[in-house]
Amino acid sequence: MNAPAPVLSMKNIETFYGPIMAIRGVSIEVPKGQIVTILGANGAGKTTLMKTVSGVMDPEKGQVVLEGQEIQGKDPDHIVRAGVAHVPEGREVFPFLTVHENLMMGAYTRKDRENIADDIDMVFEYFPILKERRDQQAGTMSGGQQQMLAIGRGLMAKPKVMLLDEPSLGLSPLLVQEIFAIIKRLNAEQSVTMMLVEQNANVALKAAHYGYVLEIGRIVMAGEAKQLLASQDIQEFYLGQTGESQRGQKRWKRKKTWR
Amino acid sequence: MDILQLLIGGIANGCIYGLVALGFVLIYKATEAVNFAQGDMMMIGAFITLTMVNEEWWGLPFGIGVILAIVIMAGLSYLLEVVVIRKLFGQPQFAVVILTIALGFVLRFFAGVIWGHDPQSLETPFAGKAFDIGGLILGYDEAVVIIATAVLTISLYFFFQRTRLGVAMQAASQNQLAAYYMGIPVKWISSMIWAVAGVTATVAGILFAAKGAIDPASGLLGIKAFAAAVIGGFGSLPGALAGGLIIGIVEPMAQYFAPPGYSQIMPYAIMLIVLVVRPNGLFAQIQQKKV
Repeated sequence: MNAPAPVLSMKNIETFYGPIMAIRGVSIEVPKGQIVTILGANGAGKTTLMKTVSGVMDPEKGQVVLEGQEIQGKDPDHIVRAGVAHVPEGREVFPFLTVHENLMMGAYTRKDRENIADDIDMVFEYFPILKERRDQQAGTMSGGQQQMLAIGRGLMAKPKVMLLDEPSLGLSPLLVQEIFAIIKRLNAEQSVTMMLVEQNANVALKAAHYGYVLEIGRIVMAGEAKQLLASQDIQEFYLGQTGESQRGQKRWKRKKTWR
Repeated sequence: MDILQLLIGGIANGCIYGLVALGFVLIYKATEAVNFAQGDMMMIGAFITLTMVNEEWWGLPFGIGVILAIVIMAGLSYLLEVVVIRKLFGQPQFAVVILTIALGFVLRFFAGVIWGHDPQSLETPFAGKAFDIGGLILGYDEAVVIIATAVLTISLYFFFQRTRLGVAMQAASQNQLAAYYMGIPVKWISSMIWAVAGVTATVAGILFAAKGAIDPASGLLGIKAFAAAVIGGFGSLPGALAGGLIIGIVEPMAQYFAPPGYSQIMPYAIMLIVLVVRPNGLFAQIQQKKV
């Protein structure tokens, strides 16, 4: 892969829930300034992988390397300080804090207090609705607005890499388009490096530079986002398109190439 | 006039219940566990102050003794969280409940050994004096209780609303996982919450011992304060204070108007009524999560 040096890389990560092995030796590289997406169905281990990076879960084996520093097994607050911001699945905003206070909490670990106000203005520029709702309790906003707040809160940490866990979850197609447009803009204009986990393969692959496909804890496919979009397996199993077979029916027995 | 007089005494008592209830709610919000030793922490705080201040012990000046006692209790509560409570992290909440009940017994026993079981009074500069407002008697001690509670409540309010640590404490209590993701040191924050609860308990204890007398069993007042916290809606700080005031005011009123014995059951009767009519308490802070 001909890309800039990776900001974040994972090497042979293995993570367990008790006796159950959720991640079975995964290696991923996230190059600087790019969006890398990880696709997979429910239970594939996408969220577990994210949690392993951000330190909420610890891997049994393998390394997570952020700009040359090994960060696996460290406490979450240490990893945030090192430069990883996690935008969790299902928003997880602080419901009784105002929008502004939520954003301030995103900047909790930052040392350069004088720049925080500028960054809040930057977030408001990308998400004007948040500016309007500045003093509203976050829990009273709609799902889409909460997702915007969660992304904005992640940005406030000035991360080296931002982990986005299913930003499209529970949003209308129109809102998904809007959020992904902003994600792409953030990547292009603010050169935010992102690792994006999605079930919505179509949207994710259109936004990303590179993609991995995760199935039951293993990487089964990897490639440039364009290649993946064009791949027959991805089209059939993740984009739900059916090719015409000779008999003009869907062939149910078609096997994935990696099985 | 009698009723007004009762009201003043009730408010002063209610302030103390409210402060102990505040400790219950602080810890519950931060860690989702109930600290049933809150009343006993109040008792210990009062005895430490008494040791500092009273003539037969160290006889320090009142202000210095109070500040020292508050600092010591904050430190002790902090350590209690680090050394004991944190070990139960991930265990059922039930374990913490049993642990704190047992802790209450231990504290009561220690207090009995060190300070004896006889009621003792805290020597204060404001004992035995009173304002006389047109026949209405307002003791200095009662005035101090009301003012100290107001000051403490207002400073807690500003701490939680205005400071970075205070807002982070709120954040950690509203969504612990998200607080982890933001890099907020959640474990340290819960130790700090225990320290704050230790401070409110000590202030309550000082006010209690200044108004009347303290003995090792005084910590059982915590049960009434627990009822106050439930009335206010477990999880709401203003609610805890309001619950305390309600109980404080109703008690002497019931003593005055109702047949003997009723005043003791009033706090729990009110608690039951509130639980039936408004199960989330008077000042519920409940929010459904949107998907």
